[in-house]
Amino acid sequence: MSITFEVNGKAVAVDVTPRMTLADCLRHELKLTGTHVGCEHGVCGACTVIVNGDAVRSCLMLAVQAQGASVTTVEGLSQAEGLTPLQTAFKTHHALQCGFCTPGMLTTLHALLSEEPDASEERIRDVISGNLCRCTGYITIIEAAMDARASYQQGRSDKS
Amino acid sequence: MKLPNFEYQAPASLAEAVALLAGADGQARPIAGGQSFLPIMAFRLAEPSMLVDLRNIPHLNKIDVSEKGVRIGAMVRWRDLLDDARLHEAFPLLPAAIDHVAHYQIRNRGTVGGSLAHADPAAEMPTIALTCDAQIEVVGSQGTRMIAAADLFTGPLMTSLASDEIIVSVHFAVWPATRRWGFQEFSRRRGDFALCGVALSYDEDPQGKACNVRIGAISMGDTPLLLTRAEATLTGQSVDAVAIAAAAAAASAEVDPAGDIHASARYRKSLVGTLLSRALEDASHRKVN
Ligand SMILES: Cc1cc2nc3c(=O)[nH]c(=O)nc-3n(C[C@H](O)[C@H](O)[C@H](O)COP(=O)(O)OP(=O)(O)OC[C@H]3O[C@@H](n4cnc5c(N)ncnc54)[C@H](O)[C@@H]3O)c2cc1C
Ligand code: FES
Ligand code: FES
Repeated sequence: MSITFEVNGKAVAVDVTPRMTLADCLRHELKLTGTHVGCEHGVCGACTVIVNGDAVRSCLMLAVQAQGASVTTVEGLSQAEGLTPLQTAFKTHHALQCGFCTPGMLTTLHALLSEEPDASEERIRDVISGNLCRCTGYITIIEAAMDARASYQQGRSDKS
Repeated sequence: MKLPNFEYQAPASLAEAVALLAGADGQARPIAGGQSFLPIMAFRLAEPSMLVDLRNIPHLNKIDVSEKGVRIGAMVRWRDLLDDARLHEAFPLLPAAIDHVAHYQIRNRGTVGGSLAHADPAAEMPTIALTCDAQIEVVGSQGTRMIAAADLFTGPLMTSLASDEIIVSVHFAVWPATRRWGFQEFSRRRGDFALCGVALSYDEDPQGKACNVRIGAISMGDTPLLLTRAEATLTGQSVDAVAIAAAAAAASAEVDPAGDIHASARYRKSLVGTLLSRALEDASHRKVN
């Protein structure tokens, strides 16, 4: 089936079989390998991407279901060469080690903080409970997210 | 684990969706959020010939709160339900339970209708539907019918739905503002499936005694369960420490859960009593109008 949707601000057209997940479509058809695939059944969160503003697991969505949608992957978080404030905070706080979970952590936290820039630590902990990290012990990720809130709060006041 | 092959259709009306299901000899399946069914297919527990995606069908994602009660469309997602401030007033037990469903990303896609049709005894929505006597509205090639929650769940992941029937909404009767309720659940990690959960509600008669007692349990058997002996123990009593202890003992005695790697049967039996006591404590102390 031929589908068209938007990835990181660019229109794309791909030909996929219905059985292809959005994760595989991004990785194999569009060569956006920043989206990681861990468990392929919804448990690990590594494959999280943002679809029409909502963080979703791209292994639990079919590519054909993305028809007409706007998708943001980890590659699309920063439009320029540099890092976003959230990515910078991850670096500062050592919120990654092997980096396998990082794309899912970043997309999840970006979706959360874009919608809820004042998210409490408890809320952040609850939200990333769906993303497994086998390296960091999570604390540094939570610290990075808490630190990055300021830039999202700033973004909100810039808009209003 | 890649998915098996299937055809995919995303019809724009309920009638077309029913026709596609009816024309497939029981081999086609509806798909809503896909948060249960994609894993099921990945594990080859089901290999349908066709998926009929319900996402383009209008009006399935509405929540109505009126003097007739609460009506929730099948395609309402967990996150829509939790975001609806009216429900916290009109039917507080529901959001309290749904707050325990899965994780952030899954709540952005998982739906009420999908959960009811999936009929997982470890899921919150089926138990709430049973505990609160929900009526489930379904449409199939034979027309529309209402199924009482008690008649929907027939076994683990099994329902009385025909293969061409689609859930369109779930209806709950008006919830009196003075009704007492509690919800308690225990899982290893928040958002994971419950090792046990208890949902309950009761009213108080003019003497302050409990009546209309409803107690439902999650993960205690092949289907959502009503703890009828615990209900009988409480009926006509004032809900004090003595009554709570008696109800908890009745609950532990009446369930027969299976043990697995997550918890032994004995532990689960004990857990249902503990969670029922906590839920009753919450219910009896909560301020009501
Ligand atoms: C990691 C993980 C953790 C989870 N934890 C929990 C949890 O703690 N509690 C919980 O309750 N759930 C949990 N879930 C499941 C999740 O809530 C699902 O979203 C939900 O059970 C099914 O909804 P869905 O819309 O995704 O249904 P789908 O996966 O699309 O469909 C499920 C089944 O229902 C059928 N179906 C779907 N819609 C309809 C309809 N309208 N009419 C008739 N049949 C229909 C499908 O054919 C299929 O058989 C979890 C899922 C994952 C991946
Ligand atoms: S790969 Fe999607 S949740 Fe693990
Ligand atoms: S950094 Fe290795 S899994 Fe998270």
